[in-house]
Amino acid sequence: MSLVGGSLLLVFGLSRGGRSGALAALGGGALIYRAARGRSLLYDALGLREEPTHVARVASLAHCRGVTVRRTVAINKPVEEVYAFWRAFENLPRFMRHLESVTCDGPRRSRWVARAPAGRRVTWDAEIVDERPNELIAWRSLDDADIRNAGAVAFERGPGGRGTTIRVSLAYAPPGGKFAAVIAKLFGEEPSQQVQDDLRRLKHLMEAGEVPTTEGQPRGES
Amino acid sequence: MKAVCWYGAGDLRVERAPDPEILNPHDAIVRVTRAAICGSDLHLFGGFIPMMKSGDILGHEFMGEVVEVGAATTAVKRGDRVVVPFAIACGQCFFCQRELPSLCDNTNPNAGTLEKLYGASGSGVFGSSHLYGGDAGGQAEYVRVPFADVGALKIPEGVDDEQALFLSDILPTGYMAAENCTIRSGDVVAVWGCGPVGQFAIRSAYMLGAERVIAIDRFPERLHMAETHGKAEVLNDEDLDAVEELRDRTGGRGPDACIDAVGMEAHGTGVAALYDRAKQAVRLETDRPTALREALHACRKGGTVSIPGVYGGYVDTLPLGAAFAKGLTIRMGQTHVHRYMRPLLNASSAARSIRPS
Ligand SMILES: NC(=O)c1ccc[n+]([C@@H]2O[C@H](COP(=O)([O-])OP(=O)(O)OC[C@H]3O[C@@H](n4cnc5c(N)ncnc54)[C@H](O)[C@@H]3O)[C@@H](O)[C@H]2O)c1
Ligand SMILES: [Zn+2]
Ligand SMILES: [Zn+2]
Repeated sequence: MSLVGGSLLLVFGLSRGGRSGALAALGGGALIYRAARGRSLLYDALGLREEPTHVARVASLAHCRGVTVRRTVAINKPVEEVYAFWRAFENLPRFMRHLESVTCDGPRRSRWVARAPAGRRVTWDAEIVDERPNELIAWRSLDDADIRNAGAVAFERGPGGRGTTIRVSLAYAPPGGKFAAVIAKLFGEEPSQQVQDDLRRLKHLMEAGEVPTTEGQPRGES
Repeated sequence: MKAVCWYGAGDLRVERAPDPEILNPHDAIVRVTRAAICGSDLHLFGGFIPMMKSGDILGHEFMGEVVEVGAATTAVKRGDRVVVPFAIACGQCFFCQRELPSLCDNTNPNAGTLEKLYGASGSGVFGSSHLYGGDAGGQAEYVRVPFADVGALKIPEGVDDEQALFLSDILPTGYMAAENCTIRSGDVVAVWGCGPVGQFAIRSAYMLGAERVIAIDRFPERLHMAETHGKAEVLNDEDLDAVEELRDRTGGRGPDACIDAVGMEAHGTGVAALYDRAKQAVRLETDRPTALREALHACRKGGTVSIPGVYGGYVDTLPLGAAFAKGLTIRMGQTHVHRYMRPLLNASSAARSIRPS
C-alpha cells in the first residue's frame, strides 16, 4: 500500500453516508491501487461486483501511513450463524483483543471502547452503512471520531457447503499526536497478524465454543 | 503439587508447582495415577525442539481420576477413571469431523507461530513445546485437560491401569504407523527403531496381516524384546548394513513397507552420520534422518514408507529421487489417537493381549 511513497491518500469521505461512500472509506489504499490498476482490491477482497459511483471527499494525509488490513478465515459453521454472531457487535470484543466493549445504540448505531496504552480508553461512535443479511456488513466511525475507521466483512458459503468463508477489511486513518500510540496498540507492529489472530479467535469461539489458553496454568517454581 | 519440569537441554527436575485450575468451560482436572515417558520427551530433553520455556511441565502420556470439571463438560464426571490422548482436539472443526484430531484447528493457543513456521498449525499437545500450545503435561500430580469430553476416555472395569495407559499415545502410534502401510497378507514390513513405538508397530503389523516383520536397532535388549515378545526377525544395524541386509532377506526386492519409528535423533555410522551430527550441533540441520534415508532406499518399488518418528524442521540429503523413481507412498504425522483409543480398547486382541510389563 506504499504505492505513492511518502504521501498516502486515504479516502475518508462519507459526508453523505451510504454504501458507496462507506466502502470507499474502507480502503484508501485499495482505491489508490484501483487508480493504478483500474480495479479495487477491496472490492475484489470482499467479492463485490459493484464499484462506488462517487467518492464524497478525499482527505490527503501527507506524511502519515494509513492502515488497511484484509484477512480471511474459514469457519466450520453455517453462514447464518456466523453472520448473526458478527452482526451482534457486542460479540466483537470476545475475539478482537483490543476492544473492551461495543454497545449497540439502535439498529445501526454503536459505541466502541478500545483499550489504549497506560490503562486509558478511547471511544468512538460508529454506524452501519450497509448490511445484506448473510452477505455483508459494513460500518464506519462517525465524523467526529478521534480515530476514524471503517470495516466491512463479507460472508460466503464455503466450497461444497463447507461452512463459511469470511473476508474482513479494516481501514484506520492514522491520527496524529496522542492517538498514534493508540493505533499502534490497536493494531500492533504487524496489523495484519493481529487481525489474523483476532479472526482465529473468532473461529475458535464459533467452532469450539472457547478460545484455547494456557494463561494461568502451573509451571515449575524456581 | 509436584511435577517433572524442564529447565533447559539435559536439565529436568521434579519441582513444586501450583495445582492446575479450570481455565475454560470444556476443561477437566485429572489426578494423575500413571504417566509414561515417550521418545518425544527425549527430543525435548535433548533440546531439539524450539520454544520450550523454563519450568514447563512435561508428560503427554497419562491417565488418572477426574477430580473437577468445567461448566460445559458433561460427558466426563468427577470420579471417572480416564485415559487422555496426547493431542488435544475440539471435536467440532473441519479436521476433527474428518477424524484427524491431531490436526485440530482449535486447541493450539500459539497457532500463529506454527502458521509462520509450517504454514498451518496442528492441535495442541500436552507437555510439549509452546509451538504446540505448551499445555502443562501429565508427569505431575494433577493436570488440566482441555476439551475433556472429546478426549478423555472412560476406562471400563476389568482393564487395569497399565493396559489403559498406553492408549494415550504409543499403542495408537504403533498401530497407525502399521495401518498407514496398507498391509496386505503376505507382506514383509521393516521397522526401524525398537523403542515403544517400534514394539507396538511390530505387533500391529502382524495384526494387520504382515507375514514377516524385520526389526532394526542397535541395542541388543530392545532387539531381544522385538524378537521374543513381538516375534520379529531382527537386524542389528551396528553389525550389518540395514539396506543391503533387507534386500538380501527379501530376494532383492525390498520390504513392501518400511516404518521409521526413530525420528529426528537417529544414530548412524560413517560419513553421513558425522555430517548430520555436525550440522545438527550448529543447527544448520535440525533433524538427523538416518533411519528415514535407509527406509526410502530399502523400500520396494511401489511400496509405502510410514513415518511415526517425529521430525521438527529441515533434513539434508533425503533421497527423494529414489522415492520418486520407485513410486513410493509416504505417510506420516502425529497420531490421531482419538480415532484409535476406543477400537484398541475394545479389541481384546490388541489392548488386552498387550501387557507392557
Ligand atoms: N507420530 C506420533 O504421534 C508419535 C507419537 C509418539 C512417539 N513418536 C516418535 O516416535 C519415535 C520413537 O519413539 P519411542 O518412544 O519409541 O523412542 P525411543 O527413543 O524409545 O526409541 C527409538 C529407538 O530407535 C533406535 N534407533 C536410533 N537410530 C536408529 C537407526 N538409525 N536405525 C534403527 N534404529 C535406530 C534407538 O536405538 C531406540 O531404540 C520418536 O521420534 C518419537 O518422538 C511419534
Ligand atoms: Zn509420545
Ligand atoms: Zn478440532
